[in-house]
Amino acid sequence: MTAPTILPLSIERLFYAVAGRALLESVSVEIAAGSRTVILGPNGAGKSLCLRLAQGLIAPTAGCVVWKGPGAAQAKMRQAMVFQRPVLLRRSAAANVSYALAVRGVPRADRPSRVEEALARAGLAGLGDRPARTMSGGEQQKLALARAWALKPEVLFLDEPTASLDPAAVRAVEAMIQAIHEGGTKIVMTTHDLGQAKRLADEVLFLHNGRLVERAPADRFFEHPSTLQAAAFLRGEILA
Amino acid sequence: MNEFGDAFHTALVMIVSANPDLIEIVGLSLRVSLSAVVIAALLGMPLGAALAVFAFPGRRAVVVAINALMGLPPVVVGLTVYLMLSRGGPLGVLGLLFTPGAMIVAQVVLVLPIVAALTRQTVEDLWLEYREQLVSLGVTPRRAVRTMLWDGRITLLTAFLAGFGRASAEVGAVIIVGGNIDHLTRVMTTAIALETSKGDLALALALGLVLLAVSFAVNAAAQILRDMVVRAQG
Repeated sequence: MTAPTILPLSIERLFYAVAGRALLESVSVEIAAGSRTVILGPNGAGKSLCLRLAQGLIAPTAGCVVWKGPGAAQAKMRQAMVFQRPVLLRRSAAANVSYALAVRGVPRADRPSRVEEALARAGLAGLGDRPARTMSGGEQQKLALARAWALKPEVLFLDEPTASLDPAAVRAVEAMIQAIHEGGTKIVMTTHDLGQAKRLADEVLFLHNGRLVERAPADRFFEHPSTLQAAAFLRGEILA
Repeated sequence: MNEFGDAFHTALVMIVSANPDLIEIVGLSLRVSLSAVVIAALLGMPLGAALAVFAFPGRRAVVVAINALMGLPPVVVGLTVYLMLSRGGPLGVLGLLFTPGAMIVAQVVLVLPIVAALTRQTVEDLWLEYREQLVSLGVTPRRAVRTMLWDGRITLLTAFLAGFGRASAEVGAVIIVGGNIDHLTRVMTTAIALETSKGDLALALALGLVLLAVSFAVNAAAQILRDMVVRAQG
């Protein structure tokens, strides 16, 4: 039996300030199941902050984040997050995945097969015994994705997951993200890479200076942006 | 110079011939200090890690207090534990005074703040790195403490060693609560003090050499263990 969904995720009048300086202002958006949502914008736009607030890692100064699906009570345990710089425990690759499964209450007997499956899907089969922190940057990010994948989350948050990877690793990570999405997981990710956004986005949230400037289906956003800032960003101009 | 040379020679003979008195004193010293450090680690490491992970009102004050307690004067600790364990004291019923148990208690009091403070610092640094990932996984603070202690185990060896160093070199507290009783509570440091005051430099020197050797051996073992874990886990 399928568990009731935790989506949609409603972000309401989100405001976040540090030392009186607003970093995110009045962001309101409802994120529904299905399509891949990409939060796009230049550096310093507030993309990562918005993602962290949506995931619940930090509390907003004002406004709220509400999971509105019938399974909302389980929201914390039905989502996962992968960071720009993978945070791996000082353990083997397999133990990293197994740890996450233990936290989510997966019975001990089921963990080895889930670990093996996740590592294989990430192209890391046979590397389970390797100390995670001795792996290459690309392998570490794939492992972080494998760990998130193993949890079978309903929503996966990705914060610039390929920002510091070489092109081959970027291709591999993007293929994994696509596969995770095809498996039924809602993808919400940030990027400042236009090419990546074009490859992966179904829907774009364009942020600039801490404000949600435009929200549109990806095709429409890239072909006919409705705001001057988005058009300038797409032309490669440096936004003030 | 000759006196020192003779004492050194006699000391070496005592060590090589495994002099029974020497062995007894060294054995008791190790038993007391290692017991104290293990107990202090069992209490202090979770305490230090919890201080790093949990946020609560007054946390900063507790951190300052524990840091300050790292410099506890041993004789004050000895006196306090003596009063607690003496016949009229609140723990007098335990009958621990002038036993190795009392010495362990005193050393735990001395070592606990060191282990807790160093653990807190180590775990706080690690927590900065891990926090977002663990919170995003839904890890409870209690599980986070366990995770931090396990993943910080290599660095935490330093806290253990610092605690052992403090315990094994300490004399003021154990001489008050142990009484330096021959064949019962005489440990290396108290014996060195006693034998030196009696002019028996050979035994004092032999004990000093053993104390140094133990310190080197424990640190070397910790380094080897650390290298093994680093090789295995990165």
